[in-house]
Amino acid sequence: MPKDHGIGASPKRREDLRFLTGTGNYTDDINLYGQLYVHFLRSDVAHGRLNKVDTTDAAAMPGVVRIFTGDDFAGVGGLPCGWQVTDKHGQPMQEPGHPVLAQGKVRHVGDPIAAIVADTYEQARDAAEAIVLDIEELPAVIDMKAAVQDGAPKVHDDLTSNLCYDWGFVEENKAATDEAFKNAAHVTTLELVNNRLVANPMEPRVAVGDYNRSTDESTLYTTSQNPHVIRLLMGAFVLGIPEHKLRVVAPDVGGGFGTKIFHYAEEAFCTFAARQLKRPVKWTSTRSEAFMSDAHGRDHVTKIELALDKDNNFVALRTETYANMGAYLSTFAPSVPTWLHGTLMAGNYRTPLIYVNVKAVFTNTVPVDAYRGAGRPEATYQLERVIDKAARELGVDPIKLRRQNFITQFPYATPVAVEYDTGDYVATMDKLEQIADLSGFEARRKASEAKGKLRGLGINCYIEACGIAPSNLVGQLGARAGLYESATVRVNATGSISVMTGSHSHGQGHETAFPQVIAEMLGIDESMIEIVHGDTAKGPMGMGTYGSRSLAVGGSAMVRATEKIINKAKKIAAHLMEASDADIEVKDGKFHVAGTDKSVAWGDVTLAAYVPHNYPLEDIEPGLEETAFYDPSNFTYPSGAYCCEVEVDPDTGRVTIERFSAADDFGNIINPMIVSGQVHGGIGQGIGQALLEGAVYDDNGQLLTGSYMDYAMPRASDVPFYTVDHSCVTPCTHNPLGVKGCGEAGAIGSPPAVVNAVIDALHSAGKTNVTHIDMPLSPNRVWAAMNA
Amino acid sequence: MAQVSMTVNGKAASGDVEGRTLLVQFLRENLHLTGTHVGCDTSQCGACVVHVNGKAVKACTMLAAEAEGAEVRTIEGMANADGSLNTVQQAFQDHHGLQCGFCTPGMVMSASALLAENPNPTETEIRAYLEGNICRCTGYHNIVKAIMAAAGQDVSKIAAE
Repeated sequence: MPKDHGIGASPKRREDLRFLTGTGNYTDDINLYGQLYVHFLRSDVAHGRLNKVDTTDAAAMPGVVRIFTGDDFAGVGGLPCGWQVTDKHGQPMQEPGHPVLAQGKVRHVGDPIAAIVADTYEQARDAAEAIVLDIEELPAVIDMKAAVQDGAPKVHDDLTSNLCYDWGFVEENKAATDEAFKNAAHVTTLELVNNRLVANPMEPRVAVGDYNRSTDESTLYTTSQNPHVIRLLMGAFVLGIPEHKLRVVAPDVGGGFGTKIFHYAEEAFCTFAARQLKRPVKWTSTRSEAFMSDAHGRDHVTKIELALDKDNNFVALRTETYANMGAYLSTFAPSVPTWLHGTLMAGNYRTPLIYVNVKAVFTNTVPVDAYRGAGRPEATYQLERVIDKAARELGVDPIKLRRQNFITQFPYATPVAVEYDTGDYVATMDKLEQIADLSGFEARRKASEAKGKLRGLGINCYIEACGIAPSNLVGQLGARAGLYESATVRVNATGSISVMTGSHSHGQGHETAFPQVIAEMLGIDESMIEIVHGDTAKGPMGMGTYGSRSLAVGGSAMVRATEKIINKAKKIAAHLMEASDADIEVKDGKFHVAGTDKSVAWGDVTLAAYVPHNYPLEDIEPGLEETAFYDPSNFTYPSGAYCCEVEVDPDTGRVTIERFSAADDFGNIINPMIVSGQVHGGIGQGIGQALLEGAVYDDNGQLLTGSYMDYAMPRASDVPFYTVDHSCVTPCTHNPLGVKGCGEAGAIGSPPAVVNAVIDALHSAGKTNVTHIDMPLSPNRVWAAMNA
Repeated sequence: MAQVSMTVNGKAASGDVEGRTLLVQFLRENLHLTGTHVGCDTSQCGACVVHVNGKAVKACTMLAAEAEGAEVRTIEGMANADGSLNTVQQAFQDHHGLQCGFCTPGMVMSASALLAENPNPTETEIRAYLEGNICRCTGYHNIVKAIMAAAGQDVSKIAAE
């Protein structure tokens, strides 16, 4: 019988009520008295010298309050980068400045040049057309390999080249890895592109800056996954506003997927302008602006080589990746192709020697940073594609080859510097074979062939590192932040509870799932517990939601704070019952004296804490509120096995997804309904990457996919129902809930499964010369590969 | 500026708008009905779907002036008279058909229009009808399932939660 409350139950989401009735409170729904509107005039060339920005005529247009340009920000800090990577020679990465508004040069289409503040949006936009720009267009660098050639135009004149860093990992393994390749029985090589994507949360970014003259306090309402991080970055590094004078609020946020982690120029601008003008300033991104100003994702070009011995054991792995940084370093960009990518190259396999080389490159494109999975999808894609290719070359079953090389002993220290605490890759593969009905595949293939279609089956295994991250470790790796999380559990006099967390919910259902954990610990009803998030004024310092960390790190902080609550409440209960606090047990919302029938209700204890007439004042303070900061001791390592079945129309090259199955191990599960929903969404995005999506620039740096007319988002008709299972559970050993995280798995595990399936379909028709097709597998690309 | 008048969620509504004011702007900015969302600027995403004279319309595709005299219904007008969720809304909650909630108003409005036209749609018909509504969170699984459930179909055999 499934549970109906607490850990493991699937209560309906409480946040749904406001979202289903149009009473959500998204940032664009916020309008402040006296509010002005800003429109950004953005560069329409990819690279150019900004000789003059003449705002004379525009400033005289109706409703215009003020026009800002880069000169207005001369004394203001640039947008900071939160991670410094050290290259293979021990040198720090090249780190260019990133002004709020362009100064001297424009470096990508969409780079903001001027900000027009007016009484209405329409007036601001009209005035933008009256600004006269003198831009001397320069040759743009778009292709990464061309960008690092000698003599290539430089994106940043003050850097030595367009190479941000050349990273080797683990550098000490390089010689041994190269040697292993010389002695290998078989080497499989694959060159591939991990296509550039646009995260595209359905809510475009919005910022509203406000300034209170009487208190000298600034408030920024913004579409962020991590308001505390924005407060720190913008306050300390850009505008010089101390935390106690700066509040950042991220109310209901309509999806993030990574691209709302970062600190953006528009946030700093609205906060700055509101202080300058003493009036609120609001910016709402259009979707077209989002395409050219939200940080993009992926965009890796990789060569991967897998060495096997005569018994098909993996003996070494070697990769070389070019990773696009875009024109500037977005907040966490340098970490994505390095520490979130290289450390995952062991995957689910015992490969003793691994060497990863990553060249991060500046180009005249929108900055690239974390997008759902961030580095881990890129690692999984190349690894699982090369394994599939190796299986075909060797004539062995791709599942058998994977199984043969699975890690089976835990904990397992990989040659790429991480230690997997738990996992059972055999179990998830067994589960996959069952839920995907692999034994029925041949019959389904025959049925497809009878219709004139080719049918293929693709398998993929993944491992990811979530629960980001141990602060001392990431500090050594270059992070300029700690990655703990905090929680304050405030028990009110009548027994209701407010939990203030730095984790931010923008679709993940925290408001429903987190109370399940605390209710389970206290034995009280979930409806008594409210999750408060998204406002730096309401909770302690927090690091936010990304990297599938909210439950593993934020949830652990809640557990620790609740444990402190229980300890104190036991002392109060013991006093009320004249017992020893060591004898007090918490059960079903009551405090019992063990071995007796004496008990006191939760509400009596909480009331005593705030009305301490009969209270151990000599031992403990009144009140019942506790804060905990939790810093994890390791990453968590969710894993799983995915299977995709496709049909390919041999006449058109069109691929359809016929079946998709996912067997995941997320450790313990708090809310199975929400976990399944996270996997569904991740798979949808992964299918989007594999078949539809791709951000494309022409050679001049014009973004050809600048709207939903050109950038193919997955629609309902592009995907099937998915079969997902998370019954394989190996609990995380180092966090109190034994949880691993589930937010990114679907997006990591699905693209290789889709591509492997398409290659399988083509091979079934004798197209064995087709060993790879780069994503997105559009009909055009598939047809061209079949007919090459 | 010109005055427009229409009926929104059963109540008379009017206001002064520019010729270029979109229906969605009028709803959000003049009437403060912020449940209708704007997710794109090319009439692709469907976050702004409302009903105009009973038909699903993207409110970013229509000028406010074009809705003169029309009967408009938005997400704020969809609940039952006692404030409880209507059948479609309830099915979305029951089947976890929403995550971040941003596309949700448009999804509910489109789903309701579909079921008005076709009370018992197949999975394929539902997926085809939603071509103008983009969701980035759910992978559509639970949206399609919720709409099937709202139509009274047995969805217990559809995989997973």
